[in-house]
Parts: sequence; structure tokens; C-alpha cells
Amino acid sequence: MLLIPILFGVTVIVFGIMVLTPGDPAILMLGENAPQEDLAALRERLGLNEPVYVQYGIWLARIVQLDFGRSIRSGRPVTDEITARLPATVELALLATLLAIAVGVPLGVISATRPNSAVDHTATVVAFTGLAMPVFWQGLIMILLFALVLGWFPPSGRLGGWEYYVLPTITLGTSAIAAITRMTRATMLETLSQDYVRTARSKGVRERSITYRHALRNAMIPIVTVIGLQFGALLSGAVITETIFSWPGIGRLAIDAIRSKDFPVVQGVVMVFALMYAFVNLVTDVLYAYLDPRLKTRYS
Amino acid sequence: MATTSKVIPQRRRSWFALMRSSPRTAIGAVVLAIIVMAAVFAEGISPYPPNQQNLRSRLQPPSAEHLLGTDHFGRDVLSRIIYGGRVSLQVGFIAVGIALAIGGLMGLLAAFYGRWVDSTVSFFVDVLLALPGFLLALAIVAALGPSLTNVMIAVGIANVPQFARITRSAVLQVIEMDFVTAAHAAGSRDQRIMFRHVVPNSLSPVIVQVTLSLAGAILAAAGLSFLGLGAQPPTAEWGSMLNSARPYIRDAHWAVTFPGLAIVVTVLALNMVGDGLRDALDPRRRD
Repeated sequence: MLLIPILFGVTVIVFGIMVLTPGDPAILMLGENAPQEDLAALRERLGLNEPVYVQYGIWLARIVQLDFGRSIRSGRPVTDEITARLPATVELALLATLLAIAVGVPLGVISATRPNSAVDHTATVVAFTGLAMPVFWQGLIMILLFALVLGWFPPSGRLGGWEYYVLPTITLGTSAIAAITRMTRATMLETLSQDYVRTARSKGVRERSITYRHALRNAMIPIVTVIGLQFGALLSGAVITETIFSWPGIGRLAIDAIRSKDFPVVQGVVMVFALMYAFVNLVTDVLYAYLDPRLKTRYS
Repeated sequence: MATTSKVIPQRRRSWFALMRSSPRTAIGAVVLAIIVMAAVFAEGISPYPPNQQNLRSRLQPPSAEHLLGTDHFGRDVLSRIIYGGRVSLQVGFIAVGIALAIGGLMGLLAAFYGRWVDSTVSFFVDVLLALPGFLLALAIVAALGPSLTNVMIAVGIANVPQFARITRSAVLQVIEMDFVTAAHAAGSRDQRIMFRHVVPNSLSPVIVQVTLSLAGAILAAAGLSFLGLGAQPPTAEWGSMLNSARPYIRDAHWAVTFPGLAIVVTVLALNMVGDGLRDALDPRRRD
């Protein structure tokens, strides 16, 4: 199984990036005017006097126990900071994924079953524009229109009501809607031209049944693949969306940590994002076997 | 029994034929050409210098004097968008250049030498792909510090895996061909075979990837600048323009609307050209 070596590689990259960071973590934590003895003691305690590979070993041994150290800014354990904010990010990412599937798949199917119709052209325009629209600009325009001008939804925050979820979810989900629509349309067009679809039609099977039971089922593997890939894009988008909408998730935590050079928090958040992405890729692989029983037979 | 071999001539579609057969690609190419020309001749066409402040005419709506209005320092939004295009395109090209140089070489070596070189490169690419690209770029900028140069490096590195994969698969197809075997048999050196025979014949998918990655790189760089990690004030850059105009969105929406539209139009044009090229170079992918 490649997942473990790859995650191990990710730890090397995340640790390596932070080692290359200019500046002394001890000075960042205690301030430039701290006494030399205190700085030396802290360097000793953090293992900063050890060779880099020893530092990596110590860090790796800690993070496998989900101990990412302490935040330089708040002094609290990074794991606590992440755990407190992770539900908000997961919630937003899941809602955006559900929205993208709920809109993207039907739009792609309708578009493929009626090629060159008005619906198809509209879907193409939606897909092209959705992929070109930067999430930060879309977020600001949504706030301007639906919060400041029309007053339908609150411009920021997450205070509990459903109305707080609408704008961030749509903002985050738009590019995924576009990608899923395009992939569904392309794959469905290919599947609908297959011999078994023609056979089903000649046997008098209803068009609706052909579309959803024969064609869509067989087109699902590339669609599920793109949904899995889009989850990575959603995690990236979550960083910006959370910043725009003051959403208290780990994306915003990462940006605040970068601004205050709180590197243990940055490392922790990046590792958690990598774990989430790896988990979704794993789920995608498992879904392949469910969607295409031939794969299960081949590998069993 | 005599066998007749039917040779199907490979028809390379000219640029003009591609434009004629795909109006979408043609529109994208024309829009892109206008954006590039505007960026190149920014000094000549922009009505004001990009950083010229006029506090007496701050947050002015679009008018004959300022076609797209002014920002909170009284700077002309249109002029800053024109100059910002230069910065965004430059960032995009350099970032993609970095990705192409590193990723392309990795993919070429992996496919050409195979065995442990291929396994090592493929593992490295898988590791980089385990982190969503923008997050990888974000982590690199976090370490190197906020600046436009660091954004180019970060976005470039984040795009390395795509180029490594595309180049590897393109080269794998080419090295199976007879002319490569012939070059080996003739005793050509590896370096000569790679750069004289293999690379020129593997370029098509790489060119398509360059176009599509340019769009992604411009988006990512603008996103990092929007977060305050890229271009620093007073540099006119689309992402940083949006970030600085954000607090005034209620009173001066034009300072947010137009720089964002500039990004959308540029990325849309690049995607249209990229899609057109992909369809032309690989008809199997055409829907």
C-alpha cells in the first residue's frame, strides 16, 4: 500500500519547508529582546541544537502521536487549536462537495442527453465561467450582492443559523460544480454512444432508464475521480473562503499563523489537510470497486 | 497473397484551421492577444501612471475622466488593471517556466532511463500530489516570506508534478518509436537522442499543459497576493488590488469588480485556447 510511504514523504516535505525558513524559532517564540540564556535553554528544549535529521526524527515521532507542538502565538497545543476549528472546515467542505455533486452531475447528464440544446450551451458557459472565477473574487461579489445590497444573508461569521452557510458554500462549491459538470457531460457522451446503450434502446428500454441505470452507472468512475480531485481544490479554496467570510476553520487558522510566523500551527494544518486529502483519495479508490465490480474481481 | 498497406497521412492542423474550426478557441486567442498587447504596451495606453495618487478624487465611480473609477488612494483603476496584467502574466509565465524546467526534466529522465530513476521520480511526484497545489504553494510562501518572487517559486514548484507526469507519459510513447531505436543503434549519445529526437516529438501535450497551467498559475498567484502573501503595496497586481479594495466594497464596488473581471477574462481566454489546442492535438479528448 503506497499511502503510508507517500504520507511519510509529505512529512519530509513539510518539515523540509519549515527548516528552510529564515529566522530562529526561539527568537520568534520569546522575542528579539529575550535574554541569551533563555534563548539557549529554549533551543536546547526544542532540540534545535541537534542535526537536522535528528530534529526530523523527534518531530516525526511526535506527529505520529498527533502532537504538533505548541503554538508560538497562543502557547496552546497545536492539536487543540486544530481540533477546535476542524469541524467548521469539514462542515463547509462537505456541504460544498454535496452542492457540487447535486448540481454538477444532473447538469452534466442533461447537457449530454441534449447536446447542442440551450441547456447544453448554458451548462458549457456555466462550466467555463465557474472554472475561471477566482474564489476570492466570487466571495466578495456574493457578499456585495446578497449581503450588502439585498441583505438576504449575513456577510460573515458562523453563528449557527443555516443562513450563515449559504454564501460560503456556494462560493466554495462553484468551481467544483463546473469541473463535475464538464466531466459528467464528456463521460456521458462517450458512454451513450456505446453498443450496450444501443442494444438497450433497440430492446425498447425507456430513455430515462437508459440514461440513469445504464449510462450514468458506467460513467461514474471518471466522475468519482474528478469529485475526489476536486476535494483537494476545495481544501485549497477553503483557506480563502474562510478568510473572506471570517469562517472559524483551519484554513483561516493557517493564514493567521502564516501572518504571525506561527510555524508549528502552519505545519500542523498542512499535515491535517494532507491527511484529509489522502483519506478522500482512499475512499475514492474503495468506491471504484463498488462502482465497477470487475475491478474487485481483478484484485481479489 | 499480396498485402496492401494503407498509409494514413498525418494531417497537422494549422493554427488558422484550428481557429476556423473552433470559434471558441478563436475568441480566446483574440482576447488573450489583446491582454498581452495591453500588458506589453502599458506605458502607451494606460491613461495614468499606476501609482499616481490623487486623494481629492478617491473612490470616484466610473466616469469619462476615470473609465473604471478610482480606488481609496485616488489611483485610476483602469491604469492599475493594465499594469496589473503585466505583473500577472509575468508571474504566470515565470512560474510555469520553473514548473516546465524542473517537471519536464524529471519526466524526461524518468521515462528515458526507467528503472530506479522512474520509480524515484514517480514517488516524488506522488508525494507532491498528495498535497493540494495551492496549499503546497501556501506552505512554501509561508516559509520563504511574502513577495512576488517567492510566489513565482512557490507556484512553480506546486506545478512541477503535472509537468513531470505529462512529460513522462509523452516521452514513454515516443521512445518506443523506430527512429529512437535507430538513433540508439547508430550510436548516438543519450543526451543527443533526448534533446534532438525525443523532446521535439513529445512537445504537443506539454504545450497544452503550459496553456492550462498558465491559467492556474495566474489564479494561484492572484490568490496568494489576495491573502497578502504575494505582491506588496503599491505594486499593481490583480489579487493585491482586490485585497486592498476589500474594505471599501460597499462604497466603491468598481475597485473590486473590475480587477476580478480582468482575472476571469484572462483565465477564461487561456482555458479556451488550451482546450482548443488539446482538441486539435488529441482528437480523442474532443467531446
